[in-house]
Amino acid sequence: MSSTRAPAVEARQLIKTYRGDVTALNGMDVTVEPGTVFGLLGPNGAGKSTTVKILTTLAQPDSGTATVAGHDVLRHPDRVRRAIGVVAQSSGADPVATGRENLQLQGRLYGLKGAALDRRVAELLDRFSLAEAAGRPVKGYSGGMRRRLDVALGLVHRPEVLFLDEPTTGLDPEARTAMWDEIDRLAGEEGLTILLTTHYLDEADRLAERIAIVDRGRVVVEGTPDSLKGELRGDAVHLELREAVGEAGRTLLDGALNGLPGMHEVLVDGRRISVRADDGAAAVPTLLGALERAGVGVAAATVARPSLDDVYLRYAGRRYSEADAEATESLVLAGGAR
Amino acid sequence: MSTAVSQTWYMTQRQLMVFTRQPAYAIITLIQPVIWLFLFGNLFKKVVELGGFGTTTYLDYLVPGVVVMSALSSNMWAGMGTLEEIQRGTLNRFLTTPVSRAALMNGNVVNNGLITAFQSVVIVLLALAGGADYPGGVGGIAILVLAAVLLGTVFGALSNALGMLVQERESIIGINTFLLLPLTFLSSAFMAPSQMPSWMRHIADFNPLNWAMVAGRSAISEHPDWGDVLSRGGALLALAVAAVWLSIRTFRSYQRSV
Repeated sequence: MSSTRAPAVEARQLIKTYRGDVTALNGMDVTVEPGTVFGLLGPNGAGKSTTVKILTTLAQPDSGTATVAGHDVLRHPDRVRRAIGVVAQSSGADPVATGRENLQLQGRLYGLKGAALDRRVAELLDRFSLAEAAGRPVKGYSGGMRRRLDVALGLVHRPEVLFLDEPTTGLDPEARTAMWDEIDRLAGEEGLTILLTTHYLDEADRLAERIAIVDRGRVVVEGTPDSLKGELRGDAVHLELREAVGEAGRTLLDGALNGLPGMHEVLVDGRRISVRADDGAAAVPTLLGALERAGVGVAAATVARPSLDDVYLRYAGRRYSEADAEATESLVLAGGAR
Repeated sequence: MSTAVSQTWYMTQRQLMVFTRQPAYAIITLIQPVIWLFLFGNLFKKVVELGGFGTTTYLDYLVPGVVVMSALSSNMWAGMGTLEEIQRGTLNRFLTTPVSRAALMNGNVVNNGLITAFQSVVIVLLALAGGADYPGGVGGIAILVLAAVLLGTVFGALSNALGMLVQERESIIGINTFLLLPLTFLSSAFMAPSQMPSWMRHIADFNPLNWAMVAGRSAISEHPDWGDVLSRGGALLALAVAAVWLSIRTFRSYQRSV
């Protein structure tokens, strides 16, 4: 990573509203340095896919600017298209065509032909362990094989920037691990910049050098996985209460818990309380004592090292799984997934 | 320019695979016209005695009707294929490559045209084997096939536009089943115009299906009326251009909705 080179991807203040007043992006900023793997992490409907659609020239923002590989996506979409590889959530390889034919067609669209095309296709088939299945129609491929073919399709013309939109969604654990290894290998390649979106916390943690957490159409926090987790000093203590506390109970608990020594950022949310503590093991008895005095029964207590889920909770103000469920629900109400 | 042409050919090849690699699909599209040909050919055999058909046997009269009707029924489902490509993500994948946008659309048109031409020729040959006579010769048959291709282009393009616009299978199925039989029976497919009730004849004059039948039937007859052939053929060409233009417009509106 060198600071003198222009960013591989730079988006400024992207705003996009779909028909029916669904705000997909609400001031999205993304900067990706060349040669790095950047992860956009967020629940369904947070705006990750819309961002990718704009950066890959599929969709146009209502306002804001974006450049990819140095080209403006609105003014020179054709230059952007030559510089990028796109692996969408469903890349739609032709089911009646063979793996090899799919790759050949994709290569021809970028102007590859003859022996150079054949060489490149053979290389990719080999590399993605598809050589054996190359002559079979894609409709007979397993989910993992299809996904590998999708990635190979995105790489045919040796792009500068590769977009991976939810690369492992729908894959079984084994295929998922294999895909992770493949992405690791890609990341090591000379100069290739990867922007990946995911709604799996562990995936972002494992693959990306930098992560931007996206919520409700904008980035809420950005940094390396370690720095994000490091900002949360100490341990995360999660308590589950026997019953939910109301508004009055919450104020009472806030007052009772916030002053305790060695504890920060107490969050009371329905039946759950999250606390960050300098020493998790020491904090548990103190917390339990304080809650007992307040007359609140505790069902379970856990102490953990901070995870990206805690990062998400801190910056988005809600739990990851809840945001995911809520986003899915509101999308269904709005009439379809974006 | 040559890039756009070669890209159109790549897109056409890709689509032709669906037809050539799925024998069941290919056979069904060919069996259906055969059924029409022999079912109606036998059922209405005697109507030719009413007069006004301009041919000696009913089969001779029927062939252009079945060719055109088949062109309609195979092209009106084009939107289903487009819809499938949208849902599968194929269209979006192509849109993020530098492929010419015109090539994406034209690949469809050329593919449908080739299949329609093939299907029309098969019907003509099967009818020939069944005893049909084409006094207009090969040139006349070529015009009939061309008229069928133009008509297919009109409905294929409209079906594509509908698929992109509504993005629902049910709408395409609904509109197609609603249109197929009325359009066919409000034409000279099975009955000579002089034997039709006059109100039907007037409606048929505005039915593009009928234009293709009139042009094709005249071209394969012993004494073609070139005025009929040119006027109906020209109208079909104009309609086909308009329909393709409309489908390209819809394509743009699809891109805005992505």
